[in-house]
Amino acid sequence: MSDHEVRLTVNGVPHTVRVPARRLLSDCLRHDLRLTGTHVGCEHGVCGACTVLVDGKPMRSCLLFAVTVDGASITTVEGCRAPDGGLGPVQQAFWDCHGLQCGFCTPGFITTITAFLQENPAPTEEEAREAIGGNLCRCTGYQNIVASVLRAAELMRSAPPPDPVSDPVSDPVDHELSFGVDGVSRDELHDQPSPGAGSRS
Amino acid sequence: MKPPAFTYHRPTTVTEALRTLAEVGPDGKVLAGGQSLVPVLNMRLAAPGHLVDINRLEELSYVRVSDSEVRVGALARHADTERDEAAFAAIPLLRQATAHVAHPAVRNRGTTVGSLAHADPAAELPAVLSLLSGSVVLASSSGRRTVGADDFFVGPLESAVRPDELAVEAVFPRPPARTGTAWLEISRRRGDYALCGVGALVTLDEDRRVVAARACFISVGPTPVLVDLTDAADWAEAGALAAAAVDPEDDIHATAAYRRHLVRVLTARACARAAEAVHE
Repeated sequence: MSDHEVRLTVNGVPHTVRVPARRLLSDCLRHDLRLTGTHVGCEHGVCGACTVLVDGKPMRSCLLFAVTVDGASITTVEGCRAPDGGLGPVQQAFWDCHGLQCGFCTPGFITTITAFLQENPAPTEEEAREAIGGNLCRCTGYQNIVASVLRAAELMRSAPPPDPVSDPVSDPVDHELSFGVDGVSRDELHDQPSPGAGSRS
Repeated sequence: MKPPAFTYHRPTTVTEALRTLAEVGPDGKVLAGGQSLVPVLNMRLAAPGHLVDINRLEELSYVRVSDSEVRVGALARHADTERDEAAFAAIPLLRQATAHVAHPAVRNRGTTVGSLAHADPAAELPAVLSLLSGSVVLASSSGRRTVGADDFFVGPLESAVRPDELAVEAVFPRPPARTGTAWLEISRRRGDYALCGVGALVTLDEDRRVVAARACFISVGPTPVLVDLTDAADWAEAGALAAAAVDPEDDIHATAAYRRHLVRVLTARACARAAEAVHE
């Protein structure tokens, strides 16, 4: 059960990691690549918090082994920001519409909605609701998230963003939220012991 | 919630995959989309010693439509089947049912054939295969065999695929002319497993009289439950016939009586909708 070399392009930056076959993509992103914007909720595909884009398509990173997506381009919430490092249009819409409270589920919503709006730039409210049907939020009651989808569509129509997959983000600092556990600096993060495989089980 | 360790195999041809499956035997498991398998592994409900990843078998990534059938390769994702315009034109039921498989993020990775091989009694695609009298092509290093839906679904989470076999293709025959289909299901939340789901297939003659009517049900039996409703006087009676034909069980999600009620109501609605879908 030796380790496997896995090449991933994450938010435009190429990475090579050596991981056991059983390493979930969610854990590979968080533990091996230190991209902690991707959140891990249920770890069996129900909550949608860990959703990332694999070659542009939203998928549950907790239901993928890193080794099986060897060679893929991954977009995480860190890759959904604006080219200047500020909030991307979907993030800005969540800000504008109070689309988050605790923020735990938000990364999965941001990636899901980013992909959805590329496919359907002018959704109806019903389509917006359907698009986020696979993401659970335990705080907001969804009304403001639906409003955020429609607001993000407005923002993106007024200023179409570059393709998040092909647009390299050179500095993988987590800009997603300015509070919560992901707000710790990278130095603090590296000083911490690895979260370890058993931390949530 | 981390999967147990396993030895990983990544064949690049079907021949190589079949050789590996033969070598690892019952301790091996095929990894296609993994949208059912990985949760099972994460929850430690299974611990296969070997996973044979078929995601590099590009030769199996297809949805092919002919005059008589739609053939779906083992690497076609639910989203591929759902979005294929030619497949939709040939068999609208494929899209109607696949749209109810979990959520888009799961459909982007999970595969149509994998859903059949997994044989979950709450899954949509097994009922579609049964309703259309379709089949699955199984390959092993000693040859190929084709198994009809009747024999393919053996029990809950149990299909006819042997450990050394790979389900390489599903064959969905096109229904006859003047046939309409519909898919309806009820779940607590959108994308959850259905408490009851029904696919209906209705064929009408020139005067719009019913020539054939069938329905197939999920979540009300150990395997998809196929019921012939051709002799029903109207769709309400079809609902009553179907409700009498199924034998659902109580569980934490719904009582048997409620599931039977859903069968009755959904059958009448789905058959009416299927009949409306028959074009002149």
